[in-house]
Amino acid sequence: MIEPVFDLTFIWAFIIAFGIIMYVMMDGFVLGQGILFPFAPNEESRDVMMNSVAPVWDGNGTWLILGGAGLLAAFPRVYTIILPALYIGVFLMLAGLIFRGVAFEFRFKAKTSRYLWNWAFSGGSIVAAFAQGAVVGSYIQGFNVVDGVYVGGAFDWLTPFTVLTGLGMVAGYGLLGSTWLILKSKDALQAWAYKVTPWLLLTVLVVFGIIGLWTPYVDNYVYLRWFSGISFIWLLPVITLAFAWGILSSVKNRHDSKPFFATMGLFIFTYLGLIASKFPYVVPPSYTLWDAASAHESQLFLLLGLLFVIPFVLVYTAWTYWVFRGKVKAGEGYS
Amino acid sequence: MELDPLLLSRIQFAFVVSFHAIFPVFTIGLASYIAVLEGLSLKTGNPAWERLSRFWIQVFAVVFGMGVVSGIVMAFQFGTNWSNFSMASSNFLGPMLSYEVITAFFLEAAFLGVLLFGRDRVPPGVHFMSAVMVATGTFISAFWILSANSWMQTPAGVEIRDGLYHVLSWSEAIFNASLLYRFMHMLLASFLTGGFVVLGVSAWFLLRNIDTDVHKKALSMSLWLVLIIAPAQVLVGDFHGLNTLEHQPTKVAAMEGNWERGTGVPLLLFAIPDQENQTNHFEIGIPKLASLILTHDMEGEIPGLKDVPKHEQPPVAIVFWSFRIMVGLGLLMVLFAIAGLVLRYKGRYATSRPFLQGLRFMSLSPFIAVVAGWFVTEIGRSPWLVYEQMTHAQGVTPSLTGAMALFTLIGYIVVYSIIFAAGLYYLMRVLYTGAPSTSTIVGERQERRAKRPLSAAEASWEIEEGKS
Ligand code: HDD
Ligand code: HEM
Ligand code: HEM
Repeated sequence: MIEPVFDLTFIWAFIIAFGIIMYVMMDGFVLGQGILFPFAPNEESRDVMMNSVAPVWDGNGTWLILGGAGLLAAFPRVYTIILPALYIGVFLMLAGLIFRGVAFEFRFKAKTSRYLWNWAFSGGSIVAAFAQGAVVGSYIQGFNVVDGVYVGGAFDWLTPFTVLTGLGMVAGYGLLGSTWLILKSKDALQAWAYKVTPWLLLTVLVVFGIIGLWTPYVDNYVYLRWFSGISFIWLLPVITLAFAWGILSSVKNRHDSKPFFATMGLFIFTYLGLIASKFPYVVPPSYTLWDAASAHESQLFLLLGLLFVIPFVLVYTAWTYWVFRGKVKAGEGYS
Repeated sequence: MELDPLLLSRIQFAFVVSFHAIFPVFTIGLASYIAVLEGLSLKTGNPAWERLSRFWIQVFAVVFGMGVVSGIVMAFQFGTNWSNFSMASSNFLGPMLSYEVITAFFLEAAFLGVLLFGRDRVPPGVHFMSAVMVATGTFISAFWILSANSWMQTPAGVEIRDGLYHVLSWSEAIFNASLLYRFMHMLLASFLTGGFVVLGVSAWFLLRNIDTDVHKKALSMSLWLVLIIAPAQVLVGDFHGLNTLEHQPTKVAAMEGNWERGTGVPLLLFAIPDQENQTNHFEIGIPKLASLILTHDMEGEIPGLKDVPKHEQPPVAIVFWSFRIMVGLGLLMVLFAIAGLVLRYKGRYATSRPFLQGLRFMSLSPFIAVVAGWFVTEIGRSPWLVYEQMTHAQGVTPSLTGAMALFTLIGYIVVYSIIFAAGLYYLMRVLYTGAPSTSTIVGERQERRAKRPLSAAEASWEIEEGKS
């Protein structure tokens, strides 16, 4: 079926893509705290790390739920194929998110068992981040689908390639976490964050580089997209590298906020590169956006509400960040 | 034995949703209570309200956290275990769940941060507004999810084309026949939960003679609340039952344990339903009462389970007994509310030890009633997933194997047991420590105003520790 380019499906693809990258960046720096947790200089630093995200983590995680619900609403084929395909992986991710989420509450209240919640927080974050990276990897690999139903096995999602993308995600979130810390902390902890950031960046670049080189061989479609002639698509990795350089130089100049925003840029352009590689396939190799879309009236019904509500969501979310602006101190708990 | 992915998925779904549900019913009620306390504190300036509010916010934070993490699981259950059902109903359920996220979850999450951590970063009025926003978010959330659930009970406004539901009328689908009753019943259940927990905890403090002035205030408030809400719940429950009689007669037959359609049906107080032989054993009942309650006529006709073939009957015993547990607890709540009124007139509601002891135990009752109520609703609907249109067996994920389902079922049980035990432990600690004292509050305010340098942080961490 031929569709005009600016139909609802297209708008919805944009919205879902926006929701996913919002999730990745917002929860990314929260999960990043958990990933860096075991390496933090001391217990007081861990208090600061946790306090720096405690007021906002719930809202950040909500983008994930929007991603899930939004997929069900706008692209049900994606929701109902990818979730069964990743059944075990999704469970691991959820279990990770559960432990990391309750650790926020329990660690504050724990005395002798605090080290257990340190482990829950960091173990949960690492497992969740890895599982999310594996999701990206299996998306690149594609899914075994017949007649709109997933027919593959329980562990198709776990291959050397997806293990690598999982590790890439862990490193990437670690980078978001460390640059967030540069923004929100002071003194010794900030100095530590400055120190680890270049190493994390290096790891990310190496892993992303290998993934980038490997991907065209995992998937012929991607190969053709990139190598069947020079196109604008090559701008994306170039911009990504420019952001990497931005991170490095701003860390060197001991800039407070630039490293974090440059890392966001790095993520956005890597993500755009991924989208550009696969477009318009959403359940590779079988379904495009339009095959996977829900009924027109459902997309419209939700879109109307969304366009009305999302500006409010963005405004009051921004407002909470404004309320909690500035450097974080260790002793701030409930009041 | 062959592992059945369908059965395991049903057990898993029942487990994770029951687990999730006990937290929201509490937080919906408690959020409103905190908003009221914050409002009173703002209006009167009496520090007692702020102390109560601070105390209950600590409880709220733990419970809300558990509600959120178990809720995230729910958002993916439909896709992982019920993908055929999700696909078929996506045109309706997708927008419902998405509206819940954008209108409720973001609202709750954003203002929760300010409610928990922002007391001295925003003016008191804004802090109060945050409490109101969180409470509002919980109502909105309940509305959407109950609409989705009610639509599965009493589907409307849709037509099936090529195996997929297509929405013809959004208003008919959203405001389907059972939504109003279910929403009212659930809201009252939430207020009862909040009310009875506050009662139980206040009673516990009074019994231990801690902070009696503050907790007596809370006790008195909540007794007035349940005096109105508990009888109202019985009334709304009755209407809910009448609505079910109209739309899902087989479920009502299971609730009543009634096999043969007939007139002048007795209300069974006790029976052991025997699905195999399609009859009851050891029946004890009050003649004609079921007919009277359900049709408001002693000779009214009540549907029977045998109206439908055996394989379309729900598991009767669970439905029958869950219903009795819920109604029994509901009546007990009314009794306690009235006892509170009587004791108030005698001036003894805050001192009568048997009454306070009883209230302590009653704080568990709403949770049991809520889960029992949902068992009636959901198990009474089986074998239908969408009533009379789609069965559980048609909705389950085709690629799911028994081993996969068993793995995650055990996984969820293990994970939830750990966090539930820990949550309970920390809650008990919060409850045991009690409300922060007025002097701590004043001291903290001055300390914060002094804008401590980071070096003071260690000391202040110790204060935090001692307090929690
Ligand atoms: C504090 C909790 C609580 C209490 C005291 C009661 N209920 Fe309830 N009941 C619920 C909490 C609840 C619930 C968990 O919220 C349910 C499950 C689904 C729903 O709509 O509400 C429910 C379902 C439910 C249903 C099933 C409706 C259906 O699925 O079609 C009926 C008929 C009643 N209730 C009737 C009553 C009556 C007559 C009560 C009188 C004492 C009563 N409930 C007390
Ligand atoms: C809040 C408390 C709830 C509880 C305790 C609860 C409990 C249950 C139980 C015990 C079953 C199993 C029925 C059976 O296998 O015969 C079930 C099924 C189901 N419920 Fe609920 N439910 C709740 C709310 C909801 C809501 C709000 C929704 C929808 C939005 C929902 C959707 C479903 C679905 C899709 C099933 C079918 C899958 C299955 O049978 O396992 N439930 N629920
Ligand atoms: C009677 C049934 C239900 C009610 C009344 C209810 C209500 C709520 C409420 C008030 C919250 C806010 C957190 C809290 O207070 O614990 C919440 C959280 C959540 N619920 Fe439920 N819910 C129900 C069932 C479900 C079901 C079946 C789903 C799955 C689709 C679901 C998905 C979620 C999610 C994803 C969250 C987390 C939101 C966040 O991060 O803030 N809920 N629920």
